Amino acid sequence: MPNQTDVQLHNEPIIRMQSVSKFFGEFQALNGVSIDVKLGERVVVCGPSGSGKSTLIRCINQLEKHDEGTITIDGHTLGRKKQSLKVIHDNVGMVFQQFNLFPHLSVIENLTLGPTRSRGASKSDATKLAMQYLERVRIPEQAEKYPAQLSGGQQQRVAIARSLCMEPKIMLFDEPTSALDPEMINEVLDVMVELAESGMTMICVTHEMGFARRVADTMVFMDHGEIVEMTNTNKFFEAPDSERCQEFLQQILPH
Amino acid sequence: MTRLLLIVCMAALLSACSGEWGWYVVNPTTAKGMTNLKFLLSGLGYTILLSLTAIIISIVIGLLVALPGLSSNRLLKGFNRVYVELVRAVPILVMILWVYYGLPQLMGITITVFWAGVIALALSDSAFEAEIFRAGIQSIDKGQYEASHTVALGYTDTMRFIILPQAIKRILPALGNQLVYMLKMSSLVSVIGMQELTRKANELVVTEYRPLEIYTVLLLEYLVLILIVSAGVRWLERRLQTDQR
Repeated sequence: MPNQTDVQLHNEPIIRMQSVSKFFGEFQALNGVSIDVKLGERVVVCGPSGSGKSTLIRCINQLEKHDEGTITIDGHTLGRKKQSLKVIHDNVGMVFQQFNLFPHLSVIENLTLGPTRSRGASKSDATKLAMQYLERVRIPEQAEKYPAQLSGGQQQRVAIARSLCMEPKIMLFDEPTSALDPEMINEVLDVMVELAESGMTMICVTHEMGFARRVADTMVFMDHGEIVEMTNTNKFFEAPDSERCQEFLQQILPH
Repeated sequence: MTRLLLIVCMAALLSACSGEWGWYVVNPTTAKGMTNLKFLLSGLGYTILLSLTAIIISIVIGLLVALPGLSSNRLLKGFNRVYVELVRAVPILVMILWVYYGLPQLMGITITVFWAGVIALALSDSAFEAEIFRAGIQSIDKGQYEASHTVALGYTDTMRFIILPQAIKRILPALGNQLVYMLKMSSLVSVIGMQELTRKANELVVTEYRPLEIYTVLLLEYLVLILIVSAGVRWLERRLQTDQR
């Protein structure tokens, strides 16, 4: 399955991280991480907690400012303020573990606020676009409700739709199913699989290995702020090089 | 309703506890009493106008002082600290005297009693407002800022559409307190001659020599005003609560 889309991949990476380090006080969360992600590539990042997976993707949209190294998105190297912000806003969407919907706004308002305020879209265009994406995540009937009236799975799908309304080239997922009740995980993963199949560039931090096997082109295993293993999906699950990665997989894969 | 009952009981109790009461000064059934009562109530407009104007200005200043306090920039943060600490340390009465007698001399301007009162009350209160706003805004989850960033909203839009609408719900009870406080502190502006409730009462006491009755009426005037404000704030809280499901 993963090889099917390899031919679509472009050569120029849309994201390039080179020797990126990030410190929180004394603690080094990222230690010289380098990774290239091509347009249309699906990357799944896994690893034990505290290994730096979240920090890695949060650096890509600068929710965390990296301390060393360079991050290039769509040919622009991220640096100080304005210019970088625009590159990120134009290219990168993100879905959070805790959904982070705006609780005081209805679903439709959650979806249209970004396009109308920062893209200058008209209200009717934004609403049309929002409804289109709500159909895609299969909850158009919830448009007028407020986030607190929805189940966790529905909220996360709204959050995915909210990001898609900004029409990003890259979607980042930070453990999107970790805060969900088990019976709601699949409805979110299904939406993500569809998104992957539509050719979206995705970087997902997740422990859902079934999902990873199904959609990932590249698997990344992190530990102690370093990328320990980065390889194509088949090799990763069948014969990972590093011992740490083998151990990790043994622990999390179902018997 | 229970409040109203309480007031009636209190009034009854007070009037019963001594034979020395001379309610005739404010007895609305006599012409003289009615005139006096009208005179006392004629300060109501100024008390309300003064308090409202001052609270609105203090909210604006408070917000302008609170926002720099949330910045990671040291200089902006410092400005917030210095303002809050300095202004909070000035007693309101001193502030009123300083603004009315000192400020015109300092800046070579003339200032009316009303605006001196407004400025003094607003300044005094703004330091407290700033702290209330800062705490309210800080209580909003950081995920809201992050989500706002992912839908490309800038600082102003994030504050206007995401953070402040959520913060206001948590700020409102404290803000209600400040409004009550402002109503009470407006009585101090009587010292520079503002014709509000307290000043009117003082003037009437001088001519009628019935401080007990007149000041009791004054007390009740503030009580009723403040009960109305409390009810209003609670109504607003309930409305905002049902807005957010």
